[in-house]
Amino acid sequence: MPALPIIIPLLVAALLAALGQWLPRRIMDILALLTSAAVTAICIYLAVISQHGLIVYWFGNWHPMHGFPLGICFAIDPIGAGLAALVGLLVTAAFTFSWAYFESIKSFYHAMMLVFMAAMCGLCLTGDLFNLFVWFELMTAAAVGLCGYKSEESWPLLGALNFAVTNTIAAFISLSGIAILYAYTGSLNMAEVGHTLANHPLDPTFTSLAMLLLCTGFLVKAAAFPFHFWLADAHAVAPTPVCILLSGVMVELGIYAIARLIWDVFSPVLWQQLPAIGDLLVIVGCLTCLVGGIYCYCQRHFKRMLAFSTVSHVGIMFIGLGLLGPKAFAGLTMYVLGHGMVKGALFICAGIFLHRFQSVDEHDLRGRGKSVWPMAILMIIAVWGLAGLPPNGTFMGQSLIDQAAVLANKKWVDWFIIFAEAITAAAVLRLSIRVFLGWGAGLEATAHLAPHIPMGPETKGERARIPMWMWAPAAVLLAVGITIPFWLNPTTSSVYFQSGSAYQAKVLTGSASWPIVSKQFQSHLHWHQLVVAGGALVLALAALLPRKSAMPFRVALAGAIRRTIRPLRQLQSGRIGDYVTWLVCGLAAYSGLLLLMERYL
Amino acid sequence: MDPLVTHVGYAVAGWLLLVGIYGVVSSRHLVHMCLCLAVLQASTYILLTVIGFRPHLPAPIFTDAITPAQPAVDPVIAALMLTDIVVEATVVALLLAIAVQIHKRTGSVDPNKVNVMRG
Repeated sequence: MPALPIIIPLLVAALLAALGQWLPRRIMDILALLTSAAVTAICIYLAVISQHGLIVYWFGNWHPMHGFPLGICFAIDPIGAGLAALVGLLVTAAFTFSWAYFESIKSFYHAMMLVFMAAMCGLCLTGDLFNLFVWFELMTAAAVGLCGYKSEESWPLLGALNFAVTNTIAAFISLSGIAILYAYTGSLNMAEVGHTLANHPLDPTFTSLAMLLLCTGFLVKAAAFPFHFWLADAHAVAPTPVCILLSGVMVELGIYAIARLIWDVFSPVLWQQLPAIGDLLVIVGCLTCLVGGIYCYCQRHFKRMLAFSTVSHVGIMFIGLGLLGPKAFAGLTMYVLGHGMVKGALFICAGIFLHRFQSVDEHDLRGRGKSVWPMAILMIIAVWGLAGLPPNGTFMGQSLIDQAAVLANKKWVDWFIIFAEAITAAAVLRLSIRVFLGWGAGLEATAHLAPHIPMGPETKGERARIPMWMWAPAAVLLAVGITIPFWLNPTTSSVYFQSGSAYQAKVLTGSASWPIVSKQFQSHLHWHQLVVAGGALVLALAALLPRKSAMPFRVALAGAIRRTIRPLRQLQSGRIGDYVTWLVCGLAAYSGLLLLMERYL
Repeated sequence: MDPLVTHVGYAVAGWLLLVGIYGVVSSRHLVHMCLCLAVLQASTYILLTVIGFRPHLPAPIFTDAITPAQPAVDPVIAALMLTDIVVEATVVALLLAIAVQIHKRTGSVDPNKVNVMRG
């Protein structure tokens, strides 16, 4: 049972790849949909039953011998299984959306999507370091293939290339970290590695560096600054159903893997260094919030705007991770779920624009949205969620992270969260107003620098109407995103996730007791939400107001903004060499910073 | 003699990693870039080999002469390396396919010329 979320999609993928040439399109659609729905159901079931205790499944019945694990295991806790359920749900939404989509797709699309799903689920459920690397690479390979699926155009290929090269290099660095840990501990099982490290501690500096090496791959996957460059290039050009998965959940899996490594492998040995590691993550998060937000606001290409908004929101997630406590982690969990729904829905909206108008460029679309006004409702609800306003999952997540920041005496990080939420919501709101109301002729100061990427059509045939299976998944995702806080509270799961020694004991000896959770965390309304809403409105309208009056003040302001932003924009150069250089420099800088903070803080 | 082998091994692995990264950064040809990635991969193979290496011990192929009770070179490492090779072969194959397609669409294989997604 615990292995089914991997086995079913891989088997069906093999079947579809083998028989795809003879099967009619609809049968493949139905098979793929049934598979993803089944995986979602199984993962939800696993998440529910793992509330009673970690589920440990040894492949081939290779149980630990004399307490030493030789086999490969899945160690399933509510957070991992819940994330796998999110994967399943988003894949189901993507398959539903592609029902009317991609007339020309062949069988490989379904097979690759299923492999992608299996790899993501495997990453969520595994309890083995090398297994983690294999799923990571399989996930990258499948995602790259899907990203460049429309190989008759050059843009998707270029995006896929940037994606593949940066992620592969990062994966090698991670593998080196795994090898170093194996050399010391003689095991690849996360629990055993953590256990050995705790009982025979290495030099903490060395351990911290090994951890950072190991986390590199996931930092790149999670698009932390300055490792985020590939993300926008890939997400902007990938086919819409793939974008839903890339932004909605794959990026968050990077954060999940880092959290898993920190809590279940390193927290028992590095508990003294943990505050420094947390501070580093908070710094990474704040930088990512800022950079992603600024880029996001400057875009005119809808998908690229959403990609950068993902970067900015990943920053919020890193802050949640870095604040360390169970409250911050509960907030992070909620935020990932809420964000996945909102971002999935927004990418579906982009796909509908592309279907209806054959463009996702903000200025091409100006005023053309009037004929599809019901979509404005979807967009506004999505902006609501992006801004983290109640009662969304993002609101509850952000509220818990805020409270944790107060507890950790880091109230200032709130301002970065507010900035990220306000500016990304403002960008999408600006686009919605421009598209649906036709306001704002002319380009604003920043849009001159944004790339105008031509997008080929993804659909054929009739464009006059929008089929139900295009908008319905977006509506469902938004409905789920809004209602999550009413039926889910991640407090217990987060406390379980963070008890690394209980995890290790359960995997290695089969028995452990999880801590008792007495009080559930609750979200509170705060003036932050008002600031975010007001800020988003002001920023969106500021770009749209008519600029007949050439006031010297406004001209000067626009010039100043342009001059400030231009150097930042030039960083995103589109060149693989630059991205890899940033990867190496960023890694070196963060290693140095971590060592300094461990020594002096 | 044997610690020397290990140290040289680690040094070679580190050197290959750096050279590979330098190659990718400075590459002017997509196929050359894929080969640099292959060099990078080789560094992980060497690193794993050095970690699994035990002086004067036989390979873990158990026959009548060598039984599982006797010490041997770590078989897990061999398994890791095989998996690593398979995974990386997939990635390089995928990248080469993309490079061929990019050449078809844009007529160029210089990563600095074809990529203009700025800002």
